[in-house]
Amino acid sequence: MERISLAAGTALCLLLTGLAVERAFGEPVDDTLEIDGVPMITRAAAPEGHPFDEVLSGWLFREAETRATQEDSFENPGMLAVERGGEIWETVDGSMGKSCASCHDDAAVSMKDVGATYPKWDADAQRPINVELQIDKCRVENMGAEPYKFDDAEQVALTAFVKHQSLGKPLAIDLTQGELQTWWEKGKDVYYTRTGQLNFACASCHEASMGKYIRADHLSQGQVNGFPTYRFNTAGMVSLHNRFRGCIRDTRAEMPKAFSDELMALEVYVTWRGTGLSVETPAVRQ
Amino acid sequence: MSSKPRVKVPKTASAGEVIVIKTLISHEMESGQRKDKDGNPIPRKIINKFTCEFNGQPVFSCDLDPAISANPYFEFSAKVPESGTFKFTWVDDDGSVYSDEQPITVE
Repeated sequence: MERISLAAGTALCLLLTGLAVERAFGEPVDDTLEIDGVPMITRAAAPEGHPFDEVLSGWLFREAETRATQEDSFENPGMLAVERGGEIWETVDGSMGKSCASCHDDAAVSMKDVGATYPKWDADAQRPINVELQIDKCRVENMGAEPYKFDDAEQVALTAFVKHQSLGKPLAIDLTQGELQTWWEKGKDVYYTRTGQLNFACASCHEASMGKYIRADHLSQGQVNGFPTYRFNTAGMVSLHNRFRGCIRDTRAEMPKAFSDELMALEVYVTWRGTGLSVETPAVRQ
Repeated sequence: MSSKPRVKVPKTASAGEVIVIKTLISHEMESGQRKDKDGNPIPRKIINKFTCEFNGQPVFSCDLDPAISANPYFEFSAKVPESGTFKFTWVDDDGSVYSDEQPITVE
């Protein structure tokens, strides 16, 4: 009897508000994202060998207000970082008297695919290279400038600016370059290895429990297509390796260094897991 | 962080039309309630006042308090009787005044 009345109560709740449905089951929302008239792919068929049938942008897991903030590029506070990045792009730095623009000219043209195709294989270093490291490499080799310290505000802003040029482009990294496939395997190991006092792997939350709530937090697939993202909890920009480290810290494990082999492998693997999703940089998250 | 305001006002409107104005300024809005790593209080530094005028007439203004989060965003509407200029000002605790102006043409 009790079970029947409970079921009736639940059905009534569902009839009353759509929000209740979202809350009760923690499903991603059925909504479409368009930024400045550019449609974003927030759901895509998963690549072969992927544990899910469909890959989903983290945008679908966020509250209505958070989603709306990202939909309006004026309102999106992450665009402040992108604008700052645009200024850095034009600013001369280093002993060779050059700015990014001296060689790369108009970022809208020269950087248009970068956000969707990195990490790439760096034949010189014999390891994967992401946008942050590519910027550093350029600064050292071509500008005679110092590499950025990890999470320097300028590094985050310039990375956001460069990736933003690919807004809307579907993620498509090429694993056939160099030994990227081996690094993908390594990254997969990292993704599924349980660590820390809480004994969580990335997959514990973002695969096994995707769509559920961990306390008040709605677990997404942990996609990386919106990084660097603007987060309300810190009222600032968060880079991908900062987020990786934050997640690992929360499992109460030792945090690998930013851009370490472990985290670069993870970036390669996790970027592949989002194949087909639009670059949303700078995404807005909770 | 440099405090650079961003303002979005339509370029044109018809006489008497109600338009939507959006403003956003980058600012850390340090509340004065926090302490640094050594335990010393971080002094308060917030934007404490925002105003909007149209051809010298006040349109909207408000006082801001320490609980307002970083990068304050305002959205409000205004009726436009004639062509003119919207003037926006943000007043910082340290005395700095950031401002922006946007013209609008009534067709």
